[in-house]
Amino acid sequence: MADATLFRTCPDTGLPVHLPAQRLIKANAVAGVLALALGGLQGLMVALTRWPDLQLLPAEAFYTMLTGHGLNVLLFWIIFFEVAILYFASAILLKSRLAAPNLAWVGFVLMAVGALTTNYAVFQGDSSVMFTSYVPMRASPLFYLGIILFAVGALIGCFIFFATLVIAKDEKTYEGSIPLVTFGALTAAIIAVFTIASGAIILIPTLLWSLDLIPEIDPLLYKVIWWAMGHSSQQINVSAHVAVWYCIAAMVLGAKPLSEKVSRMAFLMYILFLQIASAHHLLVEPGISSNWKIFNTSYALYLAVVGSMIHGLSVPGAVEAAQRRRGFTRGAFEWLRKAPWGNPAFAGMFTSLVYFGFLGGISGVVMGAEQLNLIMHNTLYVPGHFHATVVAGTTLAFMAITYLVVPLIWRREIMFPTLAKWQPYIFGLGAAGISLFMMGAGTLGVSRRHWDINFTDAALSFSYPDTAFLMMALNGLSGLLAAIGGVMFVVIVVSSILFGKKRGDDAAETNPVIGVGGGQAVASYGSEGTLKLPGTMILVGVFFIAFFLYYWVNWKYLSEVWPLS
Amino acid sequence: MRERNIRSSAETGSGSGGTGDEPVPFMQRLLDNHWLLLLLGVAIPAVLYVIWGVMEVAQIPLAQ
Ligand code: HEM
Repeated sequence: MADATLFRTCPDTGLPVHLPAQRLIKANAVAGVLALALGGLQGLMVALTRWPDLQLLPAEAFYTMLTGHGLNVLLFWIIFFEVAILYFASAILLKSRLAAPNLAWVGFVLMAVGALTTNYAVFQGDSSVMFTSYVPMRASPLFYLGIILFAVGALIGCFIFFATLVIAKDEKTYEGSIPLVTFGALTAAIIAVFTIASGAIILIPTLLWSLDLIPEIDPLLYKVIWWAMGHSSQQINVSAHVAVWYCIAAMVLGAKPLSEKVSRMAFLMYILFLQIASAHHLLVEPGISSNWKIFNTSYALYLAVVGSMIHGLSVPGAVEAAQRRRGFTRGAFEWLRKAPWGNPAFAGMFTSLVYFGFLGGISGVVMGAEQLNLIMHNTLYVPGHFHATVVAGTTLAFMAITYLVVPLIWRREIMFPTLAKWQPYIFGLGAAGISLFMMGAGTLGVSRRHWDINFTDAALSFSYPDTAFLMMALNGLSGLLAAIGGVMFVVIVVSSILFGKKRGDDAAETNPVIGVGGGQAVASYGSEGTLKLPGTMILVGVFFIAFFLYYWVNWKYLSEVWPLS
Repeated sequence: MRERNIRSSAETGSGSGGTGDEPVPFMQRLLDNHWLLLLLGVAIPAVLYVIWGVMEVAQIPLAQ
């Protein structure tokens, strides 16, 4: 049974907070933000190097920085933060104690040691193999060891989450079904188990190979299994940030999903079908049949895409329904105009939703079609696409929820509120810029992971169209903007945690961060149960038109590179 | 079975899991069975992506 002295009651949400869980949430969130700070800086240097007029770093340093960037932001930042989300969505939202906090600390230490070890290996300069570490490129054994330790720690985090669900059920801290946000976190945790198991299957032999204990690893086999980890980890992000969208909408506006059942079905589609999308990384690989490629990237995956579209309707729909309940009923869009755009949690959530859907979602489906993939595979279009998903989507959503985590979990007021108001817009615009301009350059054929787009030393000369150079310069400028937004975030969060005014018990009244009914909406089961949402329907219509046009334009491009008549 | 007797909020809309006697619908039971979801979420991609993919690679003839 839970020891009552280990709990406090949150004055803002009314939820009991398990103190050992709170400490773990803090530790994981801080480690994540530190990784983001380092990785973001590395991203800026990479972007400024790819700006042809600046070319900041020499070639070797560029590849070292690019390797570090991918690892720090994609693995370490996001997964540390996701572990914090798992603990929040289980212990806090289920009003339960966290299972085995000591073991959770072991997991945290393993993750931290793993992240440091891999960074150490990368900074030595002999492991610039990119975060994908395709064999036969060989990194130092410490590189693989660090990632394996990190993954084991994260796996412990997942099982602590599952164990907490069991405890909460046994101790009857909730009745019926778990709240939707917890269900989203459950989806993320399930995908994480598959991801980490796949990582272990491929990275443990690769570690042994780097120690000369195994003679060779087949490169194609490596790619197939590595991407079961590499891409599925992106699906953890999608599930986690969709859960965060629902969470913020509920906390700030008291919004409930349009239909619990339908949103849960959408998450179920993720659990069943999202992970096989990993196959789109192998679409141009010879030796693998089209049956495998097309089944995994099209037929089955589209069921998961339907899941995303459901969330894409349900989240803004929930916001609209909640706003209409609050009296913003005039016309199709009063609810949107009068939304709390000055609240960085809401602004970050809503812009993340728009960028993720319009930029990341559409480009992802286009790239996942085998034929269309041929015109952009391994070009800068690919990082363009995933900066829309993991930077403008996931990272922005995680930044947004941090503006709730600091007052609620740290019990500190956010410092520099005006800066905080602008931060999601500045970071979001920068992130959307790097996505768009990298996609633009990729459409013109510019390769990813390439130091010199002038091909200065090449035996055969080649030049990209001038527009490609313009795109790279705009990408550099957007990188600067994103970096400014990133620095603002780190400064606001770190100074609020360290020096922010303590949030007293009366702050829930005097300076509320949770909307009316927010605590109840996020921690319980229930639907808005309406589809009278003209504004959302118009937005969804615009989305479909954009989707159709862009898809069509790309088939047109394909017909031009590959004339059939 | 306890679960059979709980009509959870998807049914009642209340979120509190009432205690009616009607059986809980199949989908509801599936979504509430976290271990089964874990099994499905690992097994389906393991078969469709990993095992099928590895079989494809294994069938490529070796160069003579
Ligand atoms: C200040 C913000 C950021 C900037 C300016 C930036 C910029 C860039 C650029 C220019 C590339 C290189 C593309 C290439 O040459 O192939 C890149 C790669 C990448 N970025 Fe970012 N990025 C930022 C933030 C992030 C974040 C937050 C994430 C993840 C959450 C991320 C994930 C990645 C990954 C996975 C790669 C690919 C690395 C590789 O090809 O091995 N980036 N980024």
